[in-house]
Amino acid sequence: MRPAGSVSKAITTAALFLLLAIFPAKAEPRDQLTIGLTQYPSTFHPNIDSMLAKSYILGFARRPFTVFDQSWQLVCMLCTKLPTIENGLAVPETAPNGKKGIAVTYTIRPDAVWGDGTPITTKDVLFTWRMGRHGKTGITPIEFYRSAYKVDARDDKTFTLHFDKLTFDYNAINSFNLIPAHVDEVNFDADPTNYKNKTAFDTQTTNEALYFGPYLVTETKRGSYVVLERNPKWWGKPGAFKRIVVKVIPNTAALEANLLSGSIDMIAGELGFTVDQALRFEKRHGRKFSILYKPGLIYEHIDLNQDNPLLKNRDIRHALIYAIDREAISKQLFGGRQPVADSSVNPLDWVYADDVPKYKYSPKKALELIVKAGYTKLVQGIRHHKDTGEALRFEFMTTAGSKARELVQQVLQSQWKAVGIDARIRNEPARVYFGQTVTQRKFTALAMYAWLSAPESVPRTSLHSAHIPTEANGWAGQNYTGFKNAEMDELIERIEVELDKPKRKELWKRLQEIYVTELPVIPLYFRAEPYIMPKWLTGVAPTGHQYTTSLWVENWGVK
Amino acid sequence: MLRYLCERLLQSAVVLAVMSFVIFGLIGLMPGDPVDLMISADPDLTSADIEKLREIYGLDRPVVERYGNWLLAALQGDFGFSRLFAQPVFDVLLPALGHTLTLLGISLTLALVIGLPLGIWAAVRPYSVRDYSVNLFAFAGISMPSFWLGLLLIILFAVILGWFPAGGLGTPGQDGWADKLIYLVLPATSLTLASVGGHTRYMRASMLETLRQDYIRTARAKGLSERRVVLGHALRNALIPVTTIIALDFGFLFSGALITETIFAYPGMGKLTFDAVMGNDFNLALVCLLLATLVTLAGNILADLAYSWLDPRIGFEGKKQ
Repeated sequence: MRPAGSVSKAITTAALFLLLAIFPAKAEPRDQLTIGLTQYPSTFHPNIDSMLAKSYILGFARRPFTVFDQSWQLVCMLCTKLPTIENGLAVPETAPNGKKGIAVTYTIRPDAVWGDGTPITTKDVLFTWRMGRHGKTGITPIEFYRSAYKVDARDDKTFTLHFDKLTFDYNAINSFNLIPAHVDEVNFDADPTNYKNKTAFDTQTTNEALYFGPYLVTETKRGSYVVLERNPKWWGKPGAFKRIVVKVIPNTAALEANLLSGSIDMIAGELGFTVDQALRFEKRHGRKFSILYKPGLIYEHIDLNQDNPLLKNRDIRHALIYAIDREAISKQLFGGRQPVADSSVNPLDWVYADDVPKYKYSPKKALELIVKAGYTKLVQGIRHHKDTGEALRFEFMTTAGSKARELVQQVLQSQWKAVGIDARIRNEPARVYFGQTVTQRKFTALAMYAWLSAPESVPRTSLHSAHIPTEANGWAGQNYTGFKNAEMDELIERIEVELDKPKRKELWKRLQEIYVTELPVIPLYFRAEPYIMPKWLTGVAPTGHQYTTSLWVENWGVK
Repeated sequence: MLRYLCERLLQSAVVLAVMSFVIFGLIGLMPGDPVDLMISADPDLTSADIEKLREIYGLDRPVVERYGNWLLAALQGDFGFSRLFAQPVFDVLLPALGHTLTLLGISLTLALVIGLPLGIWAAVRPYSVRDYSVNLFAFAGISMPSFWLGLLLIILFAVILGWFPAGGLGTPGQDGWADKLIYLVLPATSLTLASVGGHTRYMRASMLETLRQDYIRTARAKGLSERRVVLGHALRNALIPVTTIIALDFGFLFSGALITETIFAYPGMGKLTFDAVMGNDFNLALVCLLLATLVTLAGNILADLAYSWLDPRIGFEGKKQ
């Protein structure tokens, strides 16, 4: 006979087994990492269209020659040694246009192979360069391929690029994305003008020969998900996960629900929550996840149209910035996670100058400047010019539907109102706003949006007077404020070609001084990217610049 | 009937041709074009580059010429390439169309299967507890915003109960129908609940109206059972106005399921059309919008055919006049 207790234990055990059989415990999915993203790449070709979702996914499966790392230093990924003038791998020379040029020699890693085992060689380099140089492919970046006027293959692994200009970033070929000649050359040669529609990246996306990173793209479902699996031919440290699934969930509320339901393990900071959404999420579920905020190079600001008669007056521009409390906005709306910007240069960038004028919140100073500009008459709370009677009134635009921006806009409007400035909000959908209003300078006064740049990015297109978009130049250029300053133009020209770092830093300092003194733009803050990750995931190191965390996926691990 | 059908198809072809020109023109009028997006992505582009890119994408020619070229190619079965996806338009569109038709097929069928009987059930006992209950259910469905309903379903069934996936098309690596169906449960429920209320209300109103007709009184006076009166005599006539609503609803659902598709990360026609318009993908946007027009037209032809089936007095010859 067995004691009664044993019977009940046996029944309990049997019931437990039964329950487990019916509802098996979820296996810890540590061999798979599922990442939520809000966007699906339109193309997988690395040189057609610039898109963050594509950069993120291709970061797992491909490597650029050079890239900025987490400490914002230029490093080699596909090459063996970063060429410099000092180590003799970069040699200044005279370009065919008679200007100073440079020959830069790179060596591809000896163990680098495409996913099908074919070695990555200078044949791929020559093909990619030939494709980029072809005038009718629509391949980008156009400027890089125009400047790299010649390429010499020294052997299977070593090549020299000849540039027709000598700039300080001569060795950065971050956007020179190799295309496998043995796969795509036939598609290109068949019809170069139609290549963008025939490339294997979009017709055979899961062809292993297109990739050479720690992972290969093995399955795609357009608009839904991308599956990446370990690349057996990868030469570096293998990734910790057998599979990485990138799930596309365009709606952030649904993204959150997917995270909570376990459908996804993490939300990528690059294309996931905004800071305000992440802060709300943190309050509710912060204990269950690791949440990392990384401020970076996304620079939120307000363009001041220099053609506006009121904004031509520097005192008014200064009054606008003195009247707003950016610290309070950052603290109240973004939990202090988005640092206030003093200029367009991020404090993490080595060229940042801390000793340039800064604007602390001072409604008193703002008012003094307004009065100095002649706006002394107060009518229904709005300042009017003492002689002309003109109201101190501006149109203030941003993207409609962008909740965080619209919130900031309302705070700014009320702070300006407090000193008698009437900011009239007129927002437009992003499609119209960026499709025409900003890019064709159709905003009459203030336009709020963000710039995304790279470390030590020279603001040629946004501040040089030659880059003001006009109908005559086909709206080329990004100097949307219409800022014209001869010294700024000269500084930009000099910075680009100054190879001596201390001298360059001095030039950068002057550039920042002019920027904050002339104030063509009101700097707001540097946007932060929130990474929502499971507590067991380690090694994800946000960069703060445009190069995605996925480029270092081999460092990711499980705790 | 065949002649009538041919005439309607011909009319539809004319409507489609006119719509193609109107849509093409409207897309051309939208601010910005594909090259504008490239300019904002590549700040180093010069005006010469921009000119060259406009030439590559054929944007340097007048809208009428571009439309003419597109129409000629389309008549030969070439609808061009999607600029966003760098693939032939139909290669991009067909999978999305398949997903949408599956989702809509299920949800519309469910909405009709639930909504029509409920409407009839409520109408035969107007202003009773049953009628009020059905009305309450119908109004709840009509007034609930679809994005909220979608999120509610996700939170309840995916986050709390964990019964269904929160969104997507299927489990990566699994191609079976069972897996796909599991992923369809929540979006289909969301769409069904959103439209079942409307169908219930229309059916109820139409049935109430029909039940007041003289011929129904006659049928009842003949001693027919209430079931026979309702299903055998009233139903066919009551269905005529509802058929019109269903036809219009199909066209609306086809292009209007954007919110449901976005919430449930379901890549169907609504999301594709939205992305094509926002991304300046002229060819894709044009074909998506034309397809929505075609579906609406087809729905209307089917509705006209259904009228005649439901009430033979509505003949095709009569329609011709």
